[in-house]
Amino acid sequence: MRYSALSILKQAFAGNLGWKPAWREPQPKSHYDVIIVGGGGHGLATAYYLAKEFGIRNVAVIEKGYLGSGNVGRNTTIVRSNYMLPGNEPFYEFSLKLWEGLEQDLNYNVMLSQRGIISLFHNDGQRDHYIRRGNAMMMEGVAAELLDRETLKKMLPFLNFDHGRFPIIGGLLQRRAGTARHDAVAWGFARGADRLGVDLIQNCEVTGIRRENGVVTGVETTKGFIGCNKLALAAAGNSSRVGEMAGLKLPLESHVLQAFVTEGLKPCIDHVITYGAGHFYISQSDKGGLVFGAEIDGYSSYAQRGNLATAEHVMEEGVTMIPGLSRVRVLRSWGGVMDMSMDGSPIIDRTSIENLYLNCGWCYGGFKATPASGFCFAHLLAKGESHHVARALRLDRFERGFPIDEAGAGTQPNLH
Amino acid sequence: MASLISCPHCGTRPKEEFLIRGDATPVRPAPMAAEEAWHDYAHLRANPRGRIREHWQHVAGCRRWLVVERDNFTHEVFGVTDAAKAGEGAR
Repeated sequence: MRYSALSILKQAFAGNLGWKPAWREPQPKSHYDVIIVGGGGHGLATAYYLAKEFGIRNVAVIEKGYLGSGNVGRNTTIVRSNYMLPGNEPFYEFSLKLWEGLEQDLNYNVMLSQRGIISLFHNDGQRDHYIRRGNAMMMEGVAAELLDRETLKKMLPFLNFDHGRFPIIGGLLQRRAGTARHDAVAWGFARGADRLGVDLIQNCEVTGIRRENGVVTGVETTKGFIGCNKLALAAAGNSSRVGEMAGLKLPLESHVLQAFVTEGLKPCIDHVITYGAGHFYISQSDKGGLVFGAEIDGYSSYAQRGNLATAEHVMEEGVTMIPGLSRVRVLRSWGGVMDMSMDGSPIIDRTSIENLYLNCGWCYGGFKATPASGFCFAHLLAKGESHHVARALRLDRFERGFPIDEAGAGTQPNLH
Repeated sequence: MASLISCPHCGTRPKEEFLIRGDATPVRPAPMAAEEAWHDYAHLRANPRGRIREHWQHVAGCRRWLVVERDNFTHEVFGVTDAAKAGEGAR
């Protein structure tokens, strides 16, 4: 069923009794051309683009919980392409371009709001660094603007400009960045993939990867064995555990990242704002709640909950940047399991095992990448070679000495 | 994560006094070991769910490197030993 203003009107007069479920609930077939493990944003996007762009429709997405039950529904919904390094920036810009046409493409309202992201800086060295980042973006054809203190004061009068230790002296703005409704992204891709014939199999956990003569032939699941030609892993925080089923040891460590939302307020924060003296970022949802977060907790964790000390630190950063936040009540906080890679950048690549493909290492930045990650992973699965914007995101880059380390933190996953 | 850690030298202390480095299982290869061994040590992690060993440093206390054995899903802490005693020099 295609969604349109007319369909809403028709259903309104028909008592809204004619809406159909957005996707089927099929039983798994015995064999698929491609099986994707993980029904989150990236897995669903991969299935959608495989079917739509590359004509491979005999595809199943296998999800151990319900669709979108992991990080795609746990992030702070920020979409941007203000990266610096050549291996990253074209990829994220490709993603942002896909975001810009996504609603029409999916026939689904993902509530993309290009409200702009402002990254604040607090000293001369940091300003130089942000100018460099802005220039790197412009070299890839992405617009970036440097804002001085006076302009910022007009735009964001509520900031603490004269903090004793971290005064705000300017910011880097990417106007096309913004936010999107994260659950709708998962649902939109799921519905789009389902309409093209992809089987979305929920509540089905992969328990093993079957190999014959070293070649992957299918997966053992809680619903029995399912055969496939190609197996694509998009298991985010659980990538190491799924990879281990095929004997892979990956350059990943799983960490917990927390996010927070406050009570609903009238519109007060019009942009996405990031704090340069910490890692704090904040935006206001369409419902009015302030959505914010900061660093990962810093210890290995598979628990989808974080530590109170980190929560306190996040609040302190927020109040340092916007003193008025101290009067706002936090409604909820939650955690997601991040597949932190050794250089802070993702991996979309084949593996040393035939027919086994890998999409992981998204650290805490996977949401913005959802469309491009799906597109490039589908490209790799369909054509057997990397999409040109994802060529640097190789699994063997660590071994070959070509890490993509935006933070410059080295092989220390809890520091990225 | 547990809020209190029992340092073998300083007693029970809040977790915020410690710095966490990461997985304590990789063992530094010999200086002239093959490149694969160094790659394995520097980059690859088993990253299991469940019982793990992690390097922590008590920066606001004795400054000793410790090995904390804990569960990364339930957050239960099983034991804390000095890294030297655990038979491995911390980096």
